[in-house]
Amino acid sequence: MFSQDLPSFWSAWVAVITLGVIFGCLWLIYVVRRSEPYKEETEHTMGHEFDGIAEYDNPLPRWWYMKFLLTIVFGLGYLALYPGLGNFQGLLGWTSTGQYETEIATAEQQYAPIFAAFRDQSVDELIADPSAMEVAGRLFSNNCAVCHGSAGQGAYGFPNLTDADWLYGGSAEKISETLHNGRLANMPAWLTILGDQGIEETAHYVVSLSGRAHDQTLATAGQVHYATYCAACHMPDGTGNQLLGAPNLTDDVWLYKAPNLTIHESVKLTLRNGRQGVMPSQARLGDDKIHLLTAYVRRLAESGSAQ
Amino acid sequence: MKAHDYIERRVGVLSVLILLVISFGGLAEIVPLFHMQKTTTPVEGMTPWTALELEGRDIYIREGCHVCHTQMVRPFRAETERYGHYSVAGESVWERPFLWGSKRTGPDLARLAGKYSDDWHRVHLYNPRDVVPESNMPAFPWLFQQTLDGRDTARKMQLMQSMGVPYTDEQIASARQDVRGRTEIDALVAYLQGLGRVMQDR
Repeated sequence: MFSQDLPSFWSAWVAVITLGVIFGCLWLIYVVRRSEPYKEETEHTMGHEFDGIAEYDNPLPRWWYMKFLLTIVFGLGYLALYPGLGNFQGLLGWTSTGQYETEIATAEQQYAPIFAAFRDQSVDELIADPSAMEVAGRLFSNNCAVCHGSAGQGAYGFPNLTDADWLYGGSAEKISETLHNGRLANMPAWLTILGDQGIEETAHYVVSLSGRAHDQTLATAGQVHYATYCAACHMPDGTGNQLLGAPNLTDDVWLYKAPNLTIHESVKLTLRNGRQGVMPSQARLGDDKIHLLTAYVRRLAESGSAQ
Repeated sequence: MKAHDYIERRVGVLSVLILLVISFGGLAEIVPLFHMQKTTTPVEGMTPWTALELEGRDIYIREGCHVCHTQMVRPFRAETERYGHYSVAGESVWERPFLWGSKRTGPDLARLAGKYSDDWHRVHLYNPRDVVPESNMPAFPWLFQQTLDGRDTARKMQLMQSMGVPYTDEQIASARQDVRGRTEIDALVAYLQGLGRVMQDR
């Protein structure tokens, strides 16, 4: 660790310049005051005139003079109480980090009991608790909505949290795990292996799994590719594998349906280039907030599936 | 009053004296910081921007991101709750120029690393409204078309090296290769994903 202080030379340097300037100002005010030629308001002018406008040579008003002196007194008082003169810490011992830590400690005192109460509740209890859901809703808006949408509806490439389809599992335990550790999906690109024709055939088979319109001949050819390359993760029947985050292909939910493409074309795009979906870890929020968010996401899923 | 009169009638003398007075401020407030370890020691574990990140940083400056986004988390709870640990001087030791900014139209970015996925950044920069409907951030679609040629990357790194950034000669030698052909969005996202990396776990 390094020293937090200024080297003593530079500490003295700061103190000497700062105090020098302050006392220099004091001296300047005094000298100017003393050498004013008229002590009271008079008709004397400064001796110059522009466009018929002349300037009286009056002394600085007394209140103004006093204010100058007051700023100097204030400045010296400030430097005595707060850090400013090199390494001198000030009589109050104030630091910006100290003020920050006090603020954090005060907040901790205020909020810790609230989170402590939520901590001991189960996810189901939290869902039923409107005050818990209010807090969790704010956390969701601040931390999750940017990708998953303000209502958890998702977007192209960002999972919908209100449906029954889960990439990594929708139980409270799995959601909590996802929030803590994040998720890293990795579907390889298949263009070099399958070629354009192979991609077309596989796409026909993939959309046929959810009962979408497809070309039977091409799908049959695609089934062979599927069994060779896709079934390992997406399972032979296409129902996916939540341990790997391999999506269920039979439920007609399409995470990567591009806004400007049909589902068939979107599947081809995914097959061609692969997908690397990333859910960042939210561990920085801490266990208590993740617990609340888990309940909130469960509630989104339940309310969405009920509709 | 004679001296007063003398100074006020001579603009040159007045200017010199004003400069002298102002310089006291800099001498007391700025110069000593050059000799303070707290402001000159890099944060432990910090690495310089890679060639691609450095190019991304220049795109960040070119597109004026710093006009609406700060990179300075102040030591207030309201900020650290949202962004993470407050910024410390040691993080900016190699930042030339620093991009602390002074106005937040958008959020602070000092701790952006790892907060969102690369994909999210790409969607968001292509058209922010696609993921944040109420956003008023401009779209930057041209970043997806323009590629880097890396012609000046090594020179930029050499310049940084001459100012004390610990780039190795190998890094500089491969700089051009590292960035050539990459799109500007690649570079910018790489930079954004590096912001505050070193302080992430603190």
